[in-house]
Parts: sequence; C-alpha cells; structure tokens
Amino acid sequence: MGVRSGIRHVWRKWWWLVGAGTGLAVVALTLVVLPNPSVAQAAATATTGTTIAWWIWPLVLFGLTIVMGILAALGGVGGGVLFVPIVSGFFPFHLDFVRGCGLLVALSGALAAGPGFLKMNLASLRLAIPVALIASACAIVGAMIGLALPTNIVQTALGMAILAIVVIMLIARKSEFPDVPHADRLSSILHIHGVYREASLGQTIDWKIHRTIPGLLMFIVIGLMAGMFGLGAGWANVPVLNLVMGAPLKVSVATSKFLLSITDTSAAWVYLNQGCVIPMMVVPSLVGIMLGSFVGVRLLRIAKPRMVRRIVIGLLLFSGAKAFTKGLGLPFFF
Amino acid sequence: MGTLAMTEAATQPRVDDEQWRYASILQVGVDAGLLVLLVTFALYVSGIVAPSVPLHELPNYWELSVHEYLEATNAEHLHHEHVITGWAWLSVVGKGDYLNFVGIALLGGVTIVCFLGILPALLRKGDRIYAVMAGLEVLVLTLAASGLLAVGH
Repeated sequence: MGVRSGIRHVWRKWWWLVGAGTGLAVVALTLVVLPNPSVAQAAATATTGTTIAWWIWPLVLFGLTIVMGILAALGGVGGGVLFVPIVSGFFPFHLDFVRGCGLLVALSGALAAGPGFLKMNLASLRLAIPVALIASACAIVGAMIGLALPTNIVQTALGMAILAIVVIMLIARKSEFPDVPHADRLSSILHIHGVYREASLGQTIDWKIHRTIPGLLMFIVIGLMAGMFGLGAGWANVPVLNLVMGAPLKVSVATSKFLLSITDTSAAWVYLNQGCVIPMMVVPSLVGIMLGSFVGVRLLRIAKPRMVRRIVIGLLLFSGAKAFTKGLGLPFFF
Repeated sequence: MGTLAMTEAATQPRVDDEQWRYASILQVGVDAGLLVLLVTFALYVSGIVAPSVPLHELPNYWELSVHEYLEATNAEHLHHEHVITGWAWLSVVGKGDYLNFVGIALLGGVTIVCFLGILPALLRKGDRIYAVMAGLEVLVLTLAASGLLAVGH
C-alpha cells in the first residue's frame, strides 16, 4: 500500500466531513448574504475604501485553496508552501494572519493523514520522534523571530525562501530506495529502522538510515523556517529524510507528512497565542485545501506529473517573486 | 541493492505497539477537532452565535498587523481591560468568532495527548531514550501552548 493508497484511505474516511463542511459553509454564507442585501451593501461601503463585499474574499480564498490543494497533491508538495506566498501576495490579509492560517492548513492536512500512514507503517514514529523534537523546538523560535521582525523584512525573506525552494525542487533528485550500506551508530542506538509493504513490488522492504547527525542538524534550519514563514516544511523534510538520511522515498514522504503534525503544532500554538487567527480565513482555507487534495489524488491517474510539477514550480516562482518585491516595496506585474 | 532486504510477504508488517497507540489517539483527536471546527464555524457564519466583530466589518481589520488588529477589535468591540492573547480567548468563547478557537485548540492539543499516551508503552518496553524524548516533546509543545512565550513587534 503506497502513499496514494494512504491518501485514498484518508479520503474514504473524510469525504463526508469535507462534503458536510463545504455544504455548511455554502449554506451559512447564503443564509447570511442572500436574505440581507444590506450586509453586502454595507460591505460595499466598508471603510477599506474598496467596493468588494466582505464575503467575496473568503469565497475566493475557498475556491483558490481548492485549486492549491489539487496542485499540491499532484505536484507532491504540501499546501502551506503554496498558500503563504500566494495568499500574502495577492489577498488583502496581513502576513501575520496568512502565516498563522498557513500553519493551521498544513497542520490539519498532516493530522488527518497521520493515523493512516502510521498504521500502514509507512510513517515511522521512531524516525519522527528525534527529528520532531529538534524541528518543533526550532519552529517555536522561528515563529517568535517571524512575529518579532518587521513585516517587510519577513515578506522579503519569505520571497527569498520560496525562490530557494524552487531551486531545491529543480535540482533535488529523489531516490526510491537509497543505498544505505550500513546503519550509522546513532541510528543503531536509537533502533531507527523499519519494514513496510511495497505494493508495487508485492514485497516487504526492510530499511535503515545513515548520516543521522547531519540530517538532524538540518532540521534545525527546517524548523526555524517552518515557524518563521508558516510554510509547513514538506519541501525540505522529504529531501533530507530521503537523500541525506537514506530512508526510502515512500517512508520519507509519509514520515514527513506525519512530522508536520508535530512541527507545525508547536509553531501554530505561538501564532494562536499571539492572536494571529481569523476563523473566516482559517476554516474556508482548511476545507478548501482538504477538498482540493482529495480531488487531486483522484486526478493523479490521468495527470501528467511533469506538467503539474512545472505548474507548481511556475506558481512558486511567481509568488516568490511577488513576495520578494512586495517586501522591498518594488513594483510587480500587478 | 545494499540497503534493503526484500521479501515476499502477503501480510502487512507488524506495527509497533506505541506507534499503533499514537495513531489511534490521533485519529480520535483529529475527528473530534475537525468536527468541532466545522460545527462552530457554521454557528459563527450563520449568525446563530453572534461574533465579537460583525462579519461585514472584517475587511476593516484583516489588513492590520496582529498587534493593531487586537488593539482595534478590543477598543471597538470587546472592551476588555487587555487585548485577547494567549488563553484569554476562553473568556470570550461565547462569541461566534472565538468559539472557533475550541476546534483549533483541540487540533493543537491532540499531539500532546498522543505523546502522553505512548509514554507508558515506552516505559513498559524499557525504551528509556524514547520515553525521555517523548517527555521532552510534551514539554516543548506544552510550553508553546502555554502562552508564556510572548512576542512583540
């Protein structure tokens, strides 16, 4: 049973909740807006100086996060890395709320996927615990730094980080079964190894890891960046677990997803305690990303991975450049 | 392939007890958290539970930094002695917008419960290193959740 099967398992469990959530959101918005034109009218003259009704933004956010969820699932990235630069660049929400929301979106997806991956033995708790301890402690520090720095500096740094992620995505190669001749000493002491069933081969696969200390040290930076920018960190977790530490690709992807449920929890609490949560942003985004992910998984069979990957990289390049120029106060295309 | 030993197997490999337990607790917590979040959001957006900030006024605030947002919403709507940070949202949980924090807190708290849940299994196995790491993780997450880590612009 692979990662796709794992996501399908999550879909089978959660389809009713996503459907119910979407239905509730649509009905509730309809209840608020339709019988009361004065609400939209009042919003049209809101003191923001715009003529856009208040509910348009959450509705557009909901629609956009569905698209992001589809692209994220097809492109093999988490939702957070698309969410934060795009929403902070093109929506009126302040970066503080976008980062808090991005973390909660990434966290919810990771929490929902975690049980399935753990029970299938694709995610390894023994591999995740030491990594999570380092990453989650550093994510707290990252979140505090991110909230203490002026917004333009964080926005500029975010743009640079997203552009660096594009470079990583372009040059990093994945290895389905990395060559690990010998487990290193630390991973042997910690008994970090495992077995999973590779459905495509019809075999069980024993795996072990090496270069544990360099790998753990890299999670200091990953944790800091996850907390500082509210990005989630799947884009970095997978290459480090797979290419540096030598875990098989499927184990790396599943453990990375599970790992986010711990790393993002610590950073999300810092943002929540600071008040960086607007439910009208969080819930539509969360439901939208989950819905999009489930649709994306179903499209995997017919989608062309290379084309999707190019779209995701193009989107990141575009939104990274937008964040960078916005932070520096430079003009962009629009 | 030096790294891997592949064997024919028809059955799923056995999952460690603590991993299975963690997954089971996580499943219950996530089910509860997401369900509560959706229900509270429906109560909020439908107006059944009145929010502290009226929905049509939200665009006046979401462009502000969090510090300005808290100051402005407190001055114009909540009229509390202090702005609502940390766990102070519990004092205004009767407002529709803050009611949503219940589901978010459940989602944020479930991982702590998971780690507490596997501690006995790790100690029973004599796996002291992982028991210590799980305990430290509980401390890290509890510290993050405590609201003691104040940040200011």
